[in-house]
Amino acid sequence: MTKQVTLTIDGLQATVPAGTLIVDAAKTIGIDIPVFCYHPKMEPAGMCRMCLVEIGRPMIDRGTGQPMLDENGQPQMQFMPKPEAACTNIVSDDMVVLTQSEKATEAQKDIIEFLLTSHPLDCPVCDKGGECPLQNLTMEHGPGKSRFLYDEKLRFDKHVPLGDLILLDRERCILCGRCVRFQDEVVGEAVLAIDERGRGSEIISISDPGFDSVFSGNTSDICPVGALTTVDFRFGARPWELKSAASVCAQCPVGCNITFNTRREAKADGKVVIKRVMPRQNEQVNEIWICDKGRFAYHFAESKQRLEKPLVRGQAVSWEDALNEVSSKFAEAKSDTVVLASGRLSNEDLFNLKSFADGLGGKAVLYTDMGGGDLVMQVGVGQGTNFSDLGNPLTGTRGDTILVVASDLYEEAPIWWLRVKQAADRGATLIVANPRETKLDRFASYVIRYANGDEVKTVRSLSDENKIAEAFAKAENAIVLFGSDGLGLNGSSNLAAACAKLLVDTGHTGKPNNGLIGVWPKANDQGAWELGFRPEAALAAALKGKTVYIAGADPAGDDPALERALKEAKFVVVQELFQTKTADLADVVLPARAYTERDGTFTSGERRVQRFYPAVPPLGETKADYAITAEIAKKLGINLEGSSPVLVFEKLAASVKNFEGLSYAKLAEVSEQWPIVGRGDLYYGGTTYENTQGLGAGLVSAAERGEAVSIPEVREEAGLRPQEDELLAVPVTKLYDRGTTVTPAVLLTNHIGDATIALHPEAARKLGLEAGKQVTVSFDGVSGQALLKIDETISAGVALVPRSMGLAIREPVAIKVK
Amino acid sequence: MLKELGRGLVTTFKMLLEGPVTTQYPEEKRQVRPRFRGRHVLKRYENGLEKCIGCSLCAAACPADAIFVEASENTDEERFSPGDRYASTYEINMLRCIYCGFCEDACPTEAIVLGDNYELSFTDRRDAIYTKDTLLEAVPSSEMTTPQKVEPGLYTRSVPQMENPRD
Repeated sequence: MTKQVTLTIDGLQATVPAGTLIVDAAKTIGIDIPVFCYHPKMEPAGMCRMCLVEIGRPMIDRGTGQPMLDENGQPQMQFMPKPEAACTNIVSDDMVVLTQSEKATEAQKDIIEFLLTSHPLDCPVCDKGGECPLQNLTMEHGPGKSRFLYDEKLRFDKHVPLGDLILLDRERCILCGRCVRFQDEVVGEAVLAIDERGRGSEIISISDPGFDSVFSGNTSDICPVGALTTVDFRFGARPWELKSAASVCAQCPVGCNITFNTRREAKADGKVVIKRVMPRQNEQVNEIWICDKGRFAYHFAESKQRLEKPLVRGQAVSWEDALNEVSSKFAEAKSDTVVLASGRLSNEDLFNLKSFADGLGGKAVLYTDMGGGDLVMQVGVGQGTNFSDLGNPLTGTRGDTILVVASDLYEEAPIWWLRVKQAADRGATLIVANPRETKLDRFASYVIRYANGDEVKTVRSLSDENKIAEAFAKAENAIVLFGSDGLGLNGSSNLAAACAKLLVDTGHTGKPNNGLIGVWPKANDQGAWELGFRPEAALAAALKGKTVYIAGADPAGDDPALERALKEAKFVVVQELFQTKTADLADVVLPARAYTERDGTFTSGERRVQRFYPAVPPLGETKADYAITAEIAKKLGINLEGSSPVLVFEKLAASVKNFEGLSYAKLAEVSEQWPIVGRGDLYYGGTTYENTQGLGAGLVSAAERGEAVSIPEVREEAGLRPQEDELLAVPVTKLYDRGTTVTPAVLLTNHIGDATIALHPEAARKLGLEAGKQVTVSFDGVSGQALLKIDETISAGVALVPRSMGLAIREPVAIKVK
Repeated sequence: MLKELGRGLVTTFKMLLEGPVTTQYPEEKRQVRPRFRGRHVLKRYENGLEKCIGCSLCAAACPADAIFVEASENTDEERFSPGDRYASTYEINMLRCIYCGFCEDACPTEAIVLGDNYELSFTDRRDAIYTKDTLLEAVPSSEMTTPQKVEPGLYTRSVPQMENPRD
């Protein structure tokens, strides 16, 4: 317990931990001290001087060390002759702070007047207008009139692209430096800087390409003026015209809480559309940040290519006809049914699909190339896990350790990358084990570089006696994040088992901030595991001759082998948003609702179940996935809930052990979070939304319940060794890939780019290949084109092939490159 | 008593000589007062560029929620208004409008003005929604219509420097 300090602010008493800044102390008792440059998530800078207050400290008699008293017996206060910055001064006992005194208000007025000398006052055309701290604080603390001449204002170009997603208006910038400090301190990618000095100072991007960071959108949230705005929302709407709906990002397993801002518009033929995505505070998940993929890749739901009507062999039919056709085929197939679903679907959808498969005696297969979810169910992180607690000297005495193995977190789950990086900054021991260099290496205490195929061996070596193993074993708390960087289903399953064993052996299971986290490719993969879906190693073989029900997956688009298998399937039903390659092969295509058009829940990688709410009305004749499944089931005499997701979840919670005790009402519970954001406090935390719709709830793991944990024996298989003229191609994940829910975002097209293959310069030289040229990649009798990239950080015999970019490499294979 | 009757009849005869007060609308139209608030007009600058910058402040000020604005971005190739932003959609629902003139007050560029046209009648609710085409002031010559192709760097400011309204 840290020492508590009591001080008086504007006559009110505040008791806060020692070391708190005055501005935060005031906030805790509801007193607003205006700030521009200070942000509760960053170190104070004292640049804008907006928070000037009068601070009085008790006078101490040097002889006795006692406070000096006046004639009334009250301690004498010593005020500095000038006001001081509340954001850089730390509280001390018996301090008196005056935020409303004449001196303080005068000073604040003057600062506003100064800030506005260079401000263009073009609020009518500014995207921030209406949620702008400068506007608000000017109304509240400004002088009303300026003594400066309007004609002497600075004039710059109105918009300078810092990158292709963020625009800068230098006239509006008040040089608070929040964006620069966010990139330096919080993200650790110093891609912005302040150039020139004095009145000529301006924000510039010092990276190539400009603003090269996947967290760039956050700077527009914390910018206290309209200097940084996103290209996506440019002139999209005025903030007060927007409606908001709470949701959860579906792009990766982090499960960032977001808010969809919607508006009905003429441009979209009178439809209600999503205008922007804003972060929603959840201090245990994404704090107040989101990545650019989550912010800009939401356009899929409004795509013109969306399916609107059921199709039977390409012909639009009524729902009744389509469902009759489908149900008759399932009735014939019975246990020859295979339900293939991906983690793109919600818990409710997956539960109904699983129950449907069980009802027919068929198989429920998870469409994924990553395994180990069953182990995460047993030794997953405990309830109440929060990356923000790790590395915090107050929570543990023996230190905290995070092991990231076979995962490029920056590309796979950016917000986890950010939070792991921050934990390392705070003092947690970070071990990064990966076959190639990743952006996390820079912050790691230990970097382990292993050859592809040696994942299990590497994790096992952490049980040996060495200093890295010791750092892991002796830690108070330890979390392992495992991914599938360079691995297929088999490899990642083995890796998960090795990681689980390590955690069990070192006693890091069954409690908060300890356990295993899977860095899944999809948002709800963990949920699919919890609900009984399991991946199938020989998927192509399992599909042949079967009646297949595919939901939220595009196997034919991903892999020609699966395309062939589906052609040989007896009957194929596809439930999708788009006419994918798989849908082209299907006998019946059922149009599903996007998750933005309906209620539901996702289970994040940390096994937190979180609710999302409908943001826009459903498109055309589409139906929610769980409802479609229920309707088919009804025709077959299987009783499934389909009228409301609440009822589906009730049933789910009643029948799936890990979900016991959960309900929509419980998931919607909120508690007070720090820092306070949203409400009227835009100047303080930025335009992040306050969380009023639910923080979600963590699932209990088997270890936490005290049950025995069974971990399969890990076979240490020798990795695939390619022949002389071959390379070992391994799949890696790229943030902006050609996923069904990413490509419709036109803004990201440049970021998605072409299909690439990365080789070591030595390997490229040997093969006589040049960077930037198209090369032919052949393996397993198939071949494809890719753009050659040179990467010095990988080993010479390995080729990196990004997933979901056109080349169907789903596990390590030997390839030939020409 | 006769006296009172006489006085009353004097008034009656006086009014007989004065002629009718009824205006024979629509054959005859009445002159409106200088500050009359009639149908809205979206004004243009002298060179034909639209004054409206699509800021939506009129819509925000409107107590009847009668105005709908959607903004888009100008380019020098296709310029509608000075500065970056223009109104790509501008609609007023005349059935909702209460002619209070708050939109005029809110407008930072004096683009929307309540004119003297009071002859608004519709046979269909949809007709009551006036779009930008109807509301925009007519241009004297066709080359002054928007969008215009202009030289780069000429119209960089959305909000012009204006004097405070005098009356």
